Amino acid sequence: MKTEITELLGIEYPVIQGGMAWVAECHLAAAVSNAGGLGLIAAGGAPAEWVREQIRETKKLTDKPFGVNIMLMNPESEKVAKVIVEEGVKVVTTGAGSPEKYMADWKAAGVKVIPVVASVALAKRMERCGADAVVAEGCEAGGHIGELTTMVLVPQVADAVNIPVIAAGGIADGRGMAAAFMLGAKGIQMGTVFAASKESVIHENYKNSILKAKDIDSRVTGRSTGHPIRVLRNDMARKYLELEKSGAPFEELEQLTLGSLRKAVQEGDTKNGSLMAGQIAGMIKEERTCADIISSTVSEAGKLMNGVSANE
Amino acid sequence: MLERIIELTAETLGANAAEITAETSFMDDLHADSLDLFELAMALEEEFSVEIPSEDLEKITTVADAMNYLTEHQA
Repeated sequence: MKTEITELLGIEYPVIQGGMAWVAECHLAAAVSNAGGLGLIAAGGAPAEWVREQIRETKKLTDKPFGVNIMLMNPESEKVAKVIVEEGVKVVTTGAGSPEKYMADWKAAGVKVIPVVASVALAKRMERCGADAVVAEGCEAGGHIGELTTMVLVPQVADAVNIPVIAAGGIADGRGMAAAFMLGAKGIQMGTVFAASKESVIHENYKNSILKAKDIDSRVTGRSTGHPIRVLRNDMARKYLELEKSGAPFEELEQLTLGSLRKAVQEGDTKNGSLMAGQIAGMIKEERTCADIISSTVSEAGKLMNGVSANE
Repeated sequence: MLERIIELTAETLGANAAEITAETSFMDDLHADSLDLFELAMALEEEFSVEIPSEDLEKITTVADAMNYLTEHQA
């Protein structure tokens, strides 16, 4: 399947793996890239040297293009930005802010820059500062989210910018991909379905929580702090929402979430861990390989876009 | 200029212009989040023909900050 995104990134299918902190490491990234999509390593809050190691490991596992997702709020992000250039990474996606100050260095090194945006204004700003594409991510997504849904955000961003748009949030199969294309996207980013894939190294308890989740099982914590995060409901989410409702100070809320994603991913603590996942978790029922996920998504989308019902 | 910034702030953030002064903080008083701030930056940039890089945007937290910045950088 050829689109502006496959051309831009030199990949086979316009499918990008979300930059999920702790989840998106070298094995998952390489599996997605080997399957013809674009795998990503998420720098998250990790030290820059960890990111360097992950990049080197990924290169051992795949000779296809892959990228790094950098969270700009991370105090290490300046160092991570340098590591990306030094290690010759081809694509970077950015979250939690504007990557303007790194743009010149990345462009000079030939890195393709794809910021994740949750509003039209930010998308326009990113185009102005030289972004090659944007990921328009709706609030159906897991983890850090914006306010608008994918349905509403994608067509408005597609209208507002001349660079290609990648849709994210709530996509996990060919129907979602076809819908995204109808809204004006030239590619999709999927997170939760890859977090629950065979190659994903997250703790099996976390994986099972995603596979068992029903449509209504996610909650958004932290709306009051200005940093809303979508997670699967559990003790930790309930406690957080109660505290939030009672007007607890920011520090107390922060204390509760400290290290909670790591608890979920590495220790499999589904009670006190932060089980970040998108709303589409309800549709994800089995652990599949990344290759299977990508090929079935792309072929189903292809059929649908050619006017063939997915059931035929 | 102050008046126009207040107007734009009220319009962009859906706030009451009568309650906004030079000391008003976008985040603390008007509960703006990071997306709102980019929205406001775009509106100010358009109105005053100034480009505000993100590093500078981080330092602009009140109406007065915005006014000082724009006065300094306006061509």
